[in-house]
Amino acid sequence: MKPAKFTYYAPETVAEIIALLGRYGDDARPLAGGQSLVPLMNMRVARPAVLVDLNRCKALDAVSDDDGTLVLGPMVRQSGGERSELVRRLCPLLAQTLRFTGPRAVRNRATIGGSLAHADPVAELPGAALALDATFVIEGANGRRTLKPDAFFVGQLTTAIEPGEFLREIRIPKAAANTVSAFIESGARQEGVAIGGVAAQITLAGEVCQDIRLAAIGVGSGPVRLTATERTLLGRKLSEALITEAAKAAEDDVDPTTDLHATAHYRKRLTVALAERAIKQALAGPRTN
Amino acid sequence: MTTETTHVRLTVNGRVYERTVEPRLLLVDFLRHELGLTGTHVGCAHGVCGACTVIMNGETVRTCITFAVQAEGAQIKTVEGLAENGRLNPIQQAFHENHALQCGYCTPGFLMTVTEFLDENPDPSENEIRHALAGNLCRCTGYVNIVRAVRAAAEKMRSGAVQR
Repeated sequence: MKPAKFTYYAPETVAEIIALLGRYGDDARPLAGGQSLVPLMNMRVARPAVLVDLNRCKALDAVSDDDGTLVLGPMVRQSGGERSELVRRLCPLLAQTLRFTGPRAVRNRATIGGSLAHADPVAELPGAALALDATFVIEGANGRRTLKPDAFFVGQLTTAIEPGEFLREIRIPKAAANTVSAFIESGARQEGVAIGGVAAQITLAGEVCQDIRLAAIGVGSGPVRLTATERTLLGRKLSEALITEAAKAAEDDVDPTTDLHATAHYRKRLTVALAERAIKQALAGPRTN
Repeated sequence: MTTETTHVRLTVNGRVYERTVEPRLLLVDFLRHELGLTGTHVGCAHGVCGACTVIMNGETVRTCITFAVQAEGAQIKTVEGLAENGRLNPIQQAFHENHALQCGYCTPGFLMTVTEFLDENPDPSENEIRHALAGNLCRCTGYVNIVRAVRAAAEKMRSGAVQR
């Protein structure tokens, strides 16, 4: 099994990347970790005429703290992000989610930016990005533009990144004090492809829910906010009974379809169950300082 | 930097190789067909089964979804690089002693995965072992003996019972 022929570039600077993506437009695909794109190329589902390999550009894999915002280069490897002390401290939900994104050998190559830009509906990181209210910085010949998750995730395997552009940076606000979080998913194996999953981040004032963001994966063309559940919990003391009750509302938030792996009904019920568990697991964990 | 063929220079099991290849050549095919190192196997060829796992620059990677040209300048270790002075290393020996293989097709991938795993976690629980192996598929053994072999290898390596 071999990919169709392509022209290969391995630029070392962002300026070269933008020039190449601008020159080849729709014919070019950026190559990040390749853990989603190369399988599609092997099966010749994807046949890009030009590959712009981002792996030689050293400016793209930095992790930094910009005055309370976690700034991630798109080429931060998933296993590296999980181990990053800065990621764990500023943004525990991201580190928690990165445990689920694949087996170790895949996460050693796979990148945070690559998974977000690929936008697979069952991928974990888009769900985490929505729960974390990430900001996506896209760059092309006309400069940079920034998008929130609602605008970035356009549909199945589709983002707002236009030909000639690439995902340049991901910015995530630092978790507030007294924040708890969890990511859980269900699938045949933790290391395999998920059927569904829920990312939860909750900020508490004592026992009261001050802020909550819940996002589900595998139940739509992109990650879905569980707003009905969030509304039920916001401003209230999070008792076990209330959490169970609120999670039921998640059924109204999602409109999944039936596929080979699960029926729409199953995915709805799964989202309810995972939402309840994610909230409870988050509350059982440590609070941020 | 571009187009039809590309020059690749890399180190595999301590030996430097240079070849001119098409950019679309997968690293696993490069190892097998260009270098003759056929211990690394092609299983699914789309990154699911783990049979093609090698260690590149200290970390496991799947060579069926990595291009050879991306390994320019890399240090690679394949299953051929595990034995030392013609003797099986403790992980290989433990797989042999615990019957952790039947047809053997998946074994090189398992050995490389376990090499990285035990390097980072010399005293793993059974649960940790099972999670570490979950990205490698074996259709023969049912995994029980593989888990047993990893535990045995860990014990042997910790006790230093095998001196090389």
